[in-house]
Amino acid sequence: MSDFIQPNLLPALPEMVMLAMTCLVLVVDLFLPQEKRGFTLLLSVLTLLLTLAAVMFVAPVDSVSSFGDSFVLDQLAVTLKIAVCIITILVFIYSRDYLIDHDIYKGEYYVLGLFATLGMLIMISAHSFLMIYLGLELLSLSLYAMIAFNRKSLMASESAMKYFVLGAMASGLLLYGISIFYGITGTININELSTLVSAQADKNPVALAFALTFIVVGLSFKLGAVPFHMWLPDVYQGSPTSVTLFIGTAPKIAGFAMAIRLLVDGLSDLQVDWSQMFIVLAVASMAIGNIIAIAQTNFKRMLAYSTISHVGFILLGILAGTANGYASAMFYTITYAITSSVSFGVLLLLNRRGFEAENINDLSGLNHTHPWYAALVAIAMFSMAGVPPTVGFYAKLSVLQAVVQVDLVWLAVAAVLFSVIGLFYYLRVVKVMYFDEVVEDQVTSIKPALDVKILLSVNGLSLIGLGIFPSLLMAYCIRAFA
Amino acid sequence: MTVELSHYLILAAILFSISIAGIVINRKNIIILLMSIELMLLAVNLNFIAFSHYLNDLAGQVFVFFILTVAAAEAAIGLAILVVLFRNKQSINVEDISEMKG
Repeated sequence: MSDFIQPNLLPALPEMVMLAMTCLVLVVDLFLPQEKRGFTLLLSVLTLLLTLAAVMFVAPVDSVSSFGDSFVLDQLAVTLKIAVCIITILVFIYSRDYLIDHDIYKGEYYVLGLFATLGMLIMISAHSFLMIYLGLELLSLSLYAMIAFNRKSLMASESAMKYFVLGAMASGLLLYGISIFYGITGTININELSTLVSAQADKNPVALAFALTFIVVGLSFKLGAVPFHMWLPDVYQGSPTSVTLFIGTAPKIAGFAMAIRLLVDGLSDLQVDWSQMFIVLAVASMAIGNIIAIAQTNFKRMLAYSTISHVGFILLGILAGTANGYASAMFYTITYAITSSVSFGVLLLLNRRGFEAENINDLSGLNHTHPWYAALVAIAMFSMAGVPPTVGFYAKLSVLQAVVQVDLVWLAVAAVLFSVIGLFYYLRVVKVMYFDEVVEDQVTSIKPALDVKILLSVNGLSLIGLGIFPSLLMAYCIRAFA
Repeated sequence: MTVELSHYLILAAILFSISIAGIVINRKNIIILLMSIELMLLAVNLNFIAFSHYLNDLAGQVFVFFILTVAAAEAAIGLAILVVLFRNKQSINVEDISEMKG
């Protein structure tokens, strides 16, 4: 046996800080009476801030790997981890009033949320199949529990069951693909995999394509690309809105990281194969997502279909297979997470005790009662639709540019056409808010706490800010793939 | 007759297909879905162990231990969700889980 070598623990400092603090939150929360639950929230936000500080502290100039090359900290990881931490802080603060009003203001929400975030951080840094799988499961298992967390809700338990069965099946498919890759190459390390796959590419093309298919199917299940999207609308609709907010934002970033680690870092020699699969998935996602969203009356369900169409766009950026394409997909993913945290954040505000705001009609006349929140939703909708000067426009533009650069002009044209279809249902929300009559007793009085008000406003305005100065974020995305 | 790698792989593939069929075809009972999920992970484990043995590489067996652990956690959460669902619905019939459509 070889001697045990002490690994360099420093690159994993953020994860260690987070794990230690999460255990602390778990224990402290046990001893708090219900009226002091705010302290759990405070401690959770502190955890995320400390993790953020640790990420910035260990951020390397170059990429560093540790734990026998199964953990990597590079520019990509640093940027995505910062994005995940910031978005999770927003999620925690936005959901407080909703949780109080629905009598589910419990420490478990924050503990599970923190464990899910830890899973995301691990996924982002993972550089072996084992780490990717463990991070993914830590994220998924926490999310299953978070959805079922409102025990009295039939819809929530039903959507948790659906998510659980399909999520577990997706993990199974992913693992089956991983096991075949292990059989072909004899390694579970992404770095070794990429060299060994190029050696095997001529000898075993069929076996490699077979294994790759399983990986791509598992990945698209997790991302929610058509035809593996069935769980997404039901989960978005059935979960408590605070959990929908969480599922709809940060895990998308982790899913993007997983796609990059598996396909770009590990299997770049099979790029021709997986980009062909992605073309089908991307076109189907944009078509089904945008067209079915038109028929929805439930706001959460509509945003679920809109997510599916955005996943199509993210896949477009990845399938281009150039550094430019990956950077624009990364930009798209992060800005999408920011945008959807605004739209779900305002939806959370409209909820009150005994009234669940989730239909598009619940927003009607919002401009007359609360012009500022109506403006924030309008900004978010314009950004998702891709109207300048919001950030969504620049994100779509850079993805399309990357696709055109690799001579897939027809794909760019299709993407633009489906975006135009998508414009309809985003604008309908704006129309309902600005031109429809106020429905009595629906959006009467919202009194959000000061911190929610400030954060939501900053979050909403950042969509315009990033739209005018996209290079603030784009520079980091480009550096991640330089 | 000697048992070769391909025999293990075929067995794993058959188990995997049975589990997928169990998830897709099953219309009766959610517990059967949970069993299918376990079977799927076991099929993957079989693959890993067979490869690990024939490649003389320990990583595959380590992977299997982790999969077993995660599978146990997954079963615990799945059954917990099942209990919550049963309390709300008084049924664990797959066809009854249809509150949301569209």
